[in-house]
This record gives sequence, structure tokens and C-alpha cells, in this order.
Amino acid sequence: MPVTIAIPTPLRQFAAGQSEIQVEARTAGEALDQLTSTHAELRRHLFNDQNTLRNFVNVYVNDEDIRHTDGPNTPVKEGDMILIVPSIAGGAVAQVDNLSLNGNASSSEQVAQADSLSKNELLPMLSNEEVARYSRHLIMPEVGMTGQRKLKAASVLMIGTGGLGAPLGMYLAAAGVGRLGLVDFDVVDASNLQRQIIHGTKDVGRPKIASARDRLEDINPHVEIETHETRLTSENALRLFVNYDIIVDGTDNFPTRYLVNDACVLTGKPNVYGSIFRFEGQASVFWAERGPCYRCLYPEPPPPGLVPSCAEGGVLGVLPGIIGAIQANETIKIILGAPDIMVNRLLLFDAWRMRFRELKLRKNPDCPVCGDSPTITELIDYEEFCGMTQQPEAAQPTMEEITATELKQRLDNGDDIQIIDVREPHEYEIGQIPNSKLIPLGQVLNRMNEIDPERETVVHCKMGGRSAKAIEALQRSGFTGKLINLTGGITAWSNEVDPSVPKY
Amino acid sequence: MIELTEEQLAGMRQHGERDYPFECCGLMLGRFESDGRKIVAETYPISNAREEEAKRNRFLIRPEELMRGEKYAREKGLDVVGFYHSHPDERAVPSKYDLDHAWPTYSYIVVSVEKGGAVDLRSWEMEPDRSRFNQEEFCAVSVSEARP
Repeated sequence: MPVTIAIPTPLRQFAAGQSEIQVEARTAGEALDQLTSTHAELRRHLFNDQNTLRNFVNVYVNDEDIRHTDGPNTPVKEGDMILIVPSIAGGAVAQVDNLSLNGNASSSEQVAQADSLSKNELLPMLSNEEVARYSRHLIMPEVGMTGQRKLKAASVLMIGTGGLGAPLGMYLAAAGVGRLGLVDFDVVDASNLQRQIIHGTKDVGRPKIASARDRLEDINPHVEIETHETRLTSENALRLFVNYDIIVDGTDNFPTRYLVNDACVLTGKPNVYGSIFRFEGQASVFWAERGPCYRCLYPEPPPPGLVPSCAEGGVLGVLPGIIGAIQANETIKIILGAPDIMVNRLLLFDAWRMRFRELKLRKNPDCPVCGDSPTITELIDYEEFCGMTQQPEAAQPTMEEITATELKQRLDNGDDIQIIDVREPHEYEIGQIPNSKLIPLGQVLNRMNEIDPERETVVHCKMGGRSAKAIEALQRSGFTGKLINLTGGITAWSNEVDPSVPKY
Repeated sequence: MIELTEEQLAGMRQHGERDYPFECCGLMLGRFESDGRKIVAETYPISNAREEEAKRNRFLIRPEELMRGEKYAREKGLDVVGFYHSHPDERAVPSKYDLDHAWPTYSYIVVSVEKGGAVDLRSWEMEPDRSRFNQEEFCAVSVSEARP
């Protein structure tokens, strides 16, 4: 078929000055081959040494980008017009070296080296220092120079720099992932150090992202660290996600987990998932383009309060190390284009029994976000979706509360108050409020008769959540005495009244 | 050699300062003269609405935008003769990356913007064998000098 190729102005000097050239071809690829076989000089500006179209060169058949059709195999018919259009790159961010300027001796070497090595000319070069650093990767053909350069070209956004984010960030930085984004708004607390090994004792009280940045830059100064000190929200998630290749979920709550999932589906990014609780962990890769998403597995969150958080239920310190390292492993495999990434599979790990199990996952065609006819097409209010918004408002008005300072004053005044501690015995061992009686939450109703309804009763736990549940349960079961919740639990007592009581 | 007006140069510097710390970019529209000179008639700034993305996404001007610019140029009887972009806190020299993504003949103007202020501006043209960029002379005329 005779088709016309429009020659862009700067290339006309290589096409005998013509602005349009007619060729005979059945596909766009054939047309370009025809063109460059008659005008050989054109070829190097359109194709790289691997004979693929340079990545900034865009080919349109009648205003349709062939990338969106069949690529070089896009059929052409008589009278079609083929346009060649560059996209314009900016380079400061990607500045790899300045050596290729001004024709000095090293420049041609640099360029030659670049061309012989690159499978994909977009990949950045490695410096000699980097080659030395990554040598154990480079000598494995599965990674090699190309793989290591893929790692350098890659960008990963980590949601959270806590238990999972710690090993994850450290291994990704060490492996040479070019750009790491960190999202966290929290501050390092002493209770984090049992598992969040990216932070140290000296960092207590610092923003987690500042502490994490220091550690990661120390591990590998070649990695670009970007910190986002913010809570991930429906307002900022999409804007953050589009700037990264892969999103890794290291969060510990359901609203954020659903938010991460939906934002990944909407932006087409793989979501490397991990979660931990007590001794058990899970990991998977949710990637809607290739398999199920988190909602295919869990369409609805559990009712609030049913699944305790790590702060309430505890977590074995090494567990996030194992799960976070698995997430790092899968992230690196995705970047390298490895086979058998953990799509369609859910890994279950039990650290106490040391057992790994694997479940097969299937994409749910009725999934509200990644199914055949999705009903969620933009980000929603995830706090509300997870039932987090109304609950405390409904519970609070009926419950009387007291602060630790007020309680201390009343005790000092000699008021007759009995204190019930509804924590677990092993928590009681860590520290107590004087003259308190231990009745763990699970036994409160059975042991109701041990609480004197004639006396005023203050109930407390670690933070105030379980004691509120205990009060509700007692009132529902007909307990008639006056029950007061200690706001902020024994933690507040330690903060406000007696710092010698350890916080945990 | 590329010929521009002081006002056009000032406009590019200001654009770079305005978009700092992000990269700015734009087209230069004008004419290719038979003696190899390029004469810029006007600059065509590409609005950087997607700043956060543009900073990461190394493609500053998408082909659709370039086609729109070319269409605008054609309507005015002009050609795209080159591009300008800024290097925030970097020298006004093209990177290896820039070299991999250039075509000959076009002028590539780079504005170095340090701490928000434009400090240097240079024009570059790629060697036709793609081996390197050569600094290109530019000639700034003031508007009062009448131009044909």
C-alpha cells in the first residue's frame, strides 16, 4: 500500500530535504524500515542499536499513537499518513554524567559503553563505585548489569516506615533501587524499637521519616530518598502513587489498607502487601492487571474492634522482619521482571509454629474496584467504609471519664475509689496503679461480684479502649454501681502522675 | 547559531524561576534560514500543571503537546526550531540523558536555576552522529532593533 511519511523538520537533511516521502508498506514498522533503508542516515535518529524505536520517538498513524494499537505491527492502508514526533525529555534529575560533552576522550567511550550494555536505552548507567557495590548481584545472570540498572531506574513508594517498612526500606536501599519514597507522619516511640530496626535509641522523639532517611542514606548514598511527612489520604494518594512504579503497603490499619489497594487499582500499580499480628503474617502481590486485588480477597473490612491492632494485641519483633523481607524480595522480583511473582497467591506464615502455607487466590469478577463492572471508580472515605467514624461518638456520651491527674487528686483527698485494672496479667506485671485490682477484660462479667457497687469505681487498661468496653459490658449486664473510665489508661497515669510506672 | 530577542531570553529565565524547584520547558518557534541560522519568532511555554509528575517523569513535553505546538506554529507560518528547559540546581549543560533523547538541528536551550534564581543560560545542538552536544552560539537582539 502506498502510504505517506511526514518527515519532521530537523530530520529532513537526512532525507534529501523532503518533507514527505511515499513508501509501500503493510504495517507502520514496514513503512519505517522502507524509509530508513533508502535514507540510512535517518535510522540512527529513530532506532537504537537494538533496532527498536528510540523511546522518545513516537509514531502516529493518522493521529493514533501506534503504542496504543499494535505497535510496529499496526496495519496501514492506502493513503494513510505516518507522523514521527519526538517527546522532549528533561535531564537534570536524571543527570548521569557530564562526560559525554565536548568530545573529550572519555565521552566516546562512555557512549559506546552505554550502547553496548543497554537493552533499553532508558536505563541509567552505573558508576564504577556502584559496580563494586553491587558485584554480588552483577555476577548472577538473573540480575546482571541490565537488572541492576533496572533497579537503579526503579522507584518504590513505601507506605509506613514501621515494622514492615524497616527491613523493606533497608533491603531495597541496599539492593540499589534508584528512588525510594517514604510516607509516614509518626514519631519514633521507645515501644517501636523492639521491631522497627530502621530506627535507633537516639531517634526516639524524631519523625520516623527523618530517622529512616538517615539510616537509608547511610546504607546506600546512591539511592534517592524522598520523604512525604503526611498521612496517606484519599486526597493525596493518587498524586503520590503516579510518581512511583511500585507501591509497598506496610500499614497496620484497615482504612489505609483499603485506600492503598484502591489507589493501586486506579493507578494500575502493583501493591506489594504484607500484614502482621502477634505471631502470624501474610504477604502477597495484589496487581489488578495480572490478578486479584485486596478487595477480591476481603471485599469488606471486619467490624471495628474485632481485629485488634498490634498496639493492642502485640507482635513478635522478628515477624515484621520476615514479612517485610518477603515484600522486599517480591518488589525486587517485579523490578527485575522475574517469573513467579506472588500474584494469585497468599502466603500465610506462623512464626510460633514455624510454618508457611500458601493459598491460591482468584480475581473476583464482581470485585467492586477491579471487577468487570466496578462501582468504585474514585477514592472514597475509608474511615467511614471501615466503620471508624460513628462508633466512638455513639459510645462516649453515656460514659463518665476521669483524667489521671484528677484521679490522683481525688485519691490524695482520701476519696473512696476502687480501681479495676482490666488488662492481662502479663501487662499487670509490667506496672500497676497502686491499690488496683486486676480483673482481665475477658473475666469481667464472671467476676462482677468482686466489684463493690456501693463504691465509686475507676476502670483502666493500657490506653482506655478495653476499659471502655468493660464498662459497657458491665452496664449492659445490669451492674448498678458508678463506673468511670480512666482516660488514656495507665499510659496517661505514667505521663501525668507517676513517670516511674513504665510505658509499653 | 540561534537568534533570539532579549525579551525571549528573559522570558525563559523567568519561566525557569517561576517553576523552580521543578523543571520548566517550552518550545521555540521560528524559521530555519538557508545559511543554517535559526531565528526565533516566539517562545511557547508548556504549562507545567503536572509539576509533581513532571519532576519525576522525565518527559517534559509529550508528543501530543508538541503536535499542538507545531500546529500553532504552522498556522503562523513558523517551524519548531528548538526547545528550552531548566535544570534546577544543576549546571546549564545537557546530561547524558538529554543526549539520548535529542535530534539534530534543533536547538536545546538549558537554563540553570540555582536556589530559585536563573544563573546561566546556554544553547546546545547535537552532533549529527549523536556523539555529543556542542555548545551553540546565540545572538541576542533587543526588540528595538527592527527585524524583518
